[in-house]
Amino acid sequence: MILTTPSQRRELLAGSRRIAVVGASPKPLRPSYTVFSYLRRQPEYEVAPINPAIEEIDGVEAFPSLAKYAAVHGAPDVVDVFRKPSDVVGVVNEAIVAGTKAIWFQYGVINDEAIALADSAGMDVVVDRCMKVEHARFRGGLSTSGLNSGVITARWRGSSK
Amino acid sequence: MTEDEREFGFATRALHAGTPPDPTTGSRALPIYQTAAYVFGSTEQAAELFALRSYGHIYSRISNPTVAAFEERMASLEGGLGAVAYSSGLAAQLCMILALAEAGDHIVCTQNVYGGTVTQLSVTVKRMGIETTFVPAEDLDAVRNAIRPNTKLLFVETIGNPSGVVPDLRAFASLAHDTGIPLAVDNTFATPYLCRPIELGADLVVHSATKFINGHGTSIGGVLIESGTFPWGSGRFPLLSTASPGYHQKVFTETFGEYAFLMRARAEVLRDVGAQMAPMDAWLMLLGLETLAVRMDRYVQNAREVAAFLEKRPEVAWVRTPTLGSIFTFGLRGGRDAARRFIDGLELWSHLANVGDSKSLVIHPASTTHSQLSDGELRKAGVEPESIRLSVGLEDVDDLVWDLGNALERAASQ
Repeated sequence: MILTTPSQRRELLAGSRRIAVVGASPKPLRPSYTVFSYLRRQPEYEVAPINPAIEEIDGVEAFPSLAKYAAVHGAPDVVDVFRKPSDVVGVVNEAIVAGTKAIWFQYGVINDEAIALADSAGMDVVVDRCMKVEHARFRGGLSTSGLNSGVITARWRGSSK
Repeated sequence: MTEDEREFGFATRALHAGTPPDPTTGSRALPIYQTAAYVFGSTEQAAELFALRSYGHIYSRISNPTVAAFEERMASLEGGLGAVAYSSGLAAQLCMILALAEAGDHIVCTQNVYGGTVTQLSVTVKRMGIETTFVPAEDLDAVRNAIRPNTKLLFVETIGNPSGVVPDLRAFASLAHDTGIPLAVDNTFATPYLCRPIELGADLVVHSATKFINGHGTSIGGVLIESGTFPWGSGRFPLLSTASPGYHQKVFTETFGEYAFLMRARAEVLRDVGAQMAPMDAWLMLLGLETLAVRMDRYVQNAREVAAFLEKRPEVAWVRTPTLGSIFTFGLRGGRDAARRFIDGLELWSHLANVGDSKSLVIHPASTTHSQLSDGELRKAGVEPESIRLSVGLEDVDDLVWDLGNALERAASQ
């Protein structure tokens, strides 16, 4: 299913644990490094980079493929994709084989064929969104920077949420 | 339907946006986080914060929880991606310019704008090497012809101060976008309750929050809101799309995507200029916003009744009835001297240099706010020597017209 509403994204983020970041870079200026670095510091997630060109990022072991990742950790809950749009049909095929429950295409990673393929394979699909931004939207991070989170609530969720 | 899929209305967002119950205590009123700095959880967390890879506060010159709540509420009300608050409206305007332009660049601004804006652009910003061309708001061809290859911004006011001219914002937005530049709108006089420039195509909105947003004349502040839809990576804005020597060689458009402009406006410009809003002031602004919708309805109603009263008075030569909002000008048959006698004869209207207070305000622009302008510049700005500017407040309108009537008689009898 293609997830389009904020509450669907909130649910996906809250219900996931294992995240495989395809195309994660060790270079600090790359958006993929920023997102990887943010996500791996969230206590509720176990995050791993998927990139055949590297051994690790900041001490976190990298895997050359989703298949190698799944062989060690099992099926990822979310595959977060930082790749050229033209390359992502292959990523979706790998994600299907690995038993992935959800696939998240980052800003600009838009490929209609890949989206349809993931959707028809029964995965939850998020398109043209940043996993870091969406996590921060619901956990108060955006609000610390004066960004419009869209969250309106009078319910106290407490400091632990 | 869950709470975050509903599109809440303006008055609801004016009360709630940015202020869920305090996460630590459940406090319903927003706490005033009166602190200069914030303790880091670890050296690693500190490094992540400084590298802008995680969210959190470092130092209140850059961000503060109370100020952030005000920023988020303003972003919500204007329909923007986010906002940055500053110490005044002019600070917000200057920092907006510094976020996208540098020496050698150029701005196009309509000429019917606040005198302080004219001075800021034509003196201070010009000395920084950024030149401004002023054009008539009603002449779109002149606006188009003034845009050059080095122009970085088209700047207008929703309601010219004090001329009352309301430009066609949709036309301004398409003109700006056709030439690859953003449209910035000073929305101080209209407030997002009466006009939301981003919905009409604007990319940037600035406010003097001192006015209707605060609403009670208690503090000075400004805010800058961005739509998040302008293509800053086009190549025309190297400050945003090339490696920044001011921030770890980051390329803001690559690292922050749609947030590039707002991140630069805060992490570099606010940090380096140091014109942040104080937490106490942000708290007063938030309190003001809670009643913005109901106040604006009454301001507009009172202003219409006051304008109608003035139009019937024989001492009054002309009234520039407000098309939008509650600030307007009128002229006395007796000219400049009668205008001064009139103001000195008022009992209930406060004679001061501000607008948008709950109290009714009056001023003679030619001898005060616009006194630095020559007669020619005055006329260009839509100010006659006899113009009196009113900012109609929330008093009983019968009392307001009673006072105006008395002062008109006194001014005419001398």
